[in-house]
Amino acid sequence: MALKGNLRDFSVVQIFNLVNLAHKTGTLTLEGPNVAAWVSFREGKLIHAQLGNEDGTLLGVLTKSSKVRPEQSKLIKKHAADKSDKELGLLLINAGYLSQQDILASIQHYVLEVVYRLFSWIDGFFRFDNDVLPPDDHITIRLDLENVIIEGSRRIKEVEALADEIPNLDMALTFVERPGANIRNVHLNTMEWKVVSYINPKNSIRQIARANKMSEVEIRKIVYALLEAGLVEVVRPEGMPLPSQAASFKPVDEKQRATLVNRLIDRIRSL
Amino acid sequence: MQTVKMVVTGPFNSGKTEFIKSVSEIDVVSTERKISSEAERVKETTTVAMDFGRITVDDELVLYLFGTPGQKRFDFMWEILSEGMLGFIVMVDSARPETFREARGILQTFRAYAPTPYVVAANKQDMEDSWEIEDLRIALKLDGRVKMLPCVATKRDTVKNVLLELLYSILEEMGEKKK
Repeated sequence: MALKGNLRDFSVVQIFNLVNLAHKTGTLTLEGPNVAAWVSFREGKLIHAQLGNEDGTLLGVLTKSSKVRPEQSKLIKKHAADKSDKELGLLLINAGYLSQQDILASIQHYVLEVVYRLFSWIDGFFRFDNDVLPPDDHITIRLDLENVIIEGSRRIKEVEALADEIPNLDMALTFVERPGANIRNVHLNTMEWKVVSYINPKNSIRQIARANKMSEVEIRKIVYALLEAGLVEVVRPEGMPLPSQAASFKPVDEKQRATLVNRLIDRIRSL
Repeated sequence: MQTVKMVVTGPFNSGKTEFIKSVSEIDVVSTERKISSEAERVKETTTVAMDFGRITVDDELVLYLFGTPGQKRFDFMWEILSEGMLGFIVMVDSARPETFREARGILQTFRAYAPTPYVVAANKQDMEDSWEIEDLRIALKLDGRVKMLPCVATKRDTVKNVLLELLYSILEEMGEKKK
């Protein structure tokens, strides 16, 4: 079953987060207002991206990154037009023009630039097709999505959307207990590390912002990035008083409560 | 006579009223009205104040199921409804990803009102476009410990299962599980 929906309701960052956490393999198709894009993943890692009709071939990417000069590009096109990306890459390495590292770095740069542009898409449709991957002759990379998500989130400018995501700055944050989530492996900037150092169920987000002299927008951006990367979650701060109505609830005696719940279980089973 | 309360919450049109109807022994006391907002005209009527159903356990104990209003302008009712509840159920329409963000917000709000046990019911699992449970869990950012249960609100068996799992969660929290 293909995952599909509207970007207005489920953002690109959220889709990436889902792909990351579910270790999905397949291709995400995004249909923006004027152009489509395709992003492929293998086991939750970013491997390939293509935006509309842009020249995403190896030669196009190397020309864009100035690894190949335009006149060289013309010559290669003339003499190696029938070569696949992988064949062309090998040819360039064996001829001593470029190293494997040069090629992979150029492709990585191109893929990330495409992906970061997609993060600003807030309108359009998406569909994720499981197990659909780029053709074998394409050169793919393998990038962890946590850092991509964090960088993409840095670029989100919609302050209203951030306020929608984190409406209450009086809540606290705690680190997620999830296998594989390790804050040490994530590239954070100085401000993000400052926020991370204060994360504790005793500190509200507002208090963390005050301690770091950050505006509400700045703290929301950082918290949003950490939330979307699945590193932290929002919790009720320790010692925060309950709302008056909830506080007036008088808990039933523990022994009596267990009996009561067991009676409810028996009754519902009998329905 | 002792009465206890559970709250069924979730976004507009997630299936709260149907859920309660499936197990209530009385006709659900509903306050549905014709929908006035074009944006929310997915169905003809919605719950404007609250609705409730009843399950009588015995002569001394009655369980009430309260459904929260579906439209945002009745948010103020949530805190009142959450007062004294035994636990709560968050209904999610598995086939409408545009409502997932709102469902997450409702869940966080209820958790803040009362730190009682809760489960999430992934409703409309019989629909072709419904998201799978584990995909929904990620979309809703739910911890692996939170019970996320498949549900079709019009089918009593799945509704019973959701209610039972919530009750088991309450027992688990008390450290005394009965299964």
